[in-house]
Amino acid sequence: MPALKTTKLSLISKAMIYTMPIYLGYVPIGFAYGVLALKTGLSPVNTILMSIIVFAGSAQFVAVGLFALGLTPVSVIMTTFIVNLRHLLMSASLSVFFKNWNNIQKALFSFHLTDETFVLHSVKFPKRNYSKTEIFTTNISTQISWIFGTVLGVLASELITDIKPFALDYALATMFMGLLIIQLKNYIQLFVAIISGTLAVWFLLAGLDKWNVILAIIISATIGVLVEEWIKK
Amino acid sequence: MDQEIIFYTMLGMAVVTYIPRLLPIMFLASRSLPNYLIRWLSYVPISVLSAMLLPELLIKQDAVDFSLSNIFLLTAVPTLLVGWLTKSLYLTVLTGMFIIAAYRYFY
Repeated sequence: MPALKTTKLSLISKAMIYTMPIYLGYVPIGFAYGVLALKTGLSPVNTILMSIIVFAGSAQFVAVGLFALGLTPVSVIMTTFIVNLRHLLMSASLSVFFKNWNNIQKALFSFHLTDETFVLHSVKFPKRNYSKTEIFTTNISTQISWIFGTVLGVLASELITDIKPFALDYALATMFMGLLIIQLKNYIQLFVAIISGTLAVWFLLAGLDKWNVILAIIISATIGVLVEEWIKK
Repeated sequence: MDQEIIFYTMLGMAVVTYIPRLLPIMFLASRSLPNYLIRWLSYVPISVLSAMLLPELLIKQDAVDFSLSNIFLLTAVPTLLVGWLTKSLYLTVLTGMFIIAAYRYFY
């Protein structure tokens, strides 16, 4: 059925176009991770394998740092767990959209849940016609871009230069801004956003660099519900 | 550095990274959650966005930078404005990246 094929292809290319900002962010960051991991002493195979089996940007950087310090495997794994615990909240927040999914699809989807794909999905899921083709295209292609960046970093680690051409290091920030604007529906949300951002900055500067995002989310979402209750009274 | 130890550590990292991503989607999807929890979770996306965006815009070399030399923060103004006016993700991204790229090209 050629017609069906065309629809699927057009969905894939549509998803790849709106996922583009994530690639633009992941390739250079993956590159930087690849360079750093190799300079630290990880083998090329382990460096690339981490991008395949762990697939979590900030945690991979933290782990490389801890390997460099010679920390025990247990403390590296514990730290990874803490750094990635925020995904628990994101997964819970998306769970309402998975009523009609089978377990294998849920398991496949969850593996690719990152901060960036979460944000994109949480905007797209409430809309009708958000197809599984689009969803899995976004998920799989973002990891491919992450692995691609890592491989480039491994290959180029001998000859690093400054990697800030164009505005690649601003790509993710612009996507967050766009998604933030699209998500904002009322003043309580605006208030929650301001609190959350401010707390994240504050916690980061206070040295809570592994906890800043998750703490900011928990506190500001709680404040959001409390304000809702307070307004209703 | 012992690559074998690193390999096994990475397996552990993969497990502890996957579990928090998987469990809620796997086990909460078919349940009806209490109303207050659903409302609480509805604030998670906006909180995540803001918690990741603001440090990116404000922090330069371990300190908050509100000066005009903070080009990321400055560019956020027209970028957010375009986002607000057009409600278009593409146009917002293009605006922000174009300004930064142009700035770096000319200065």
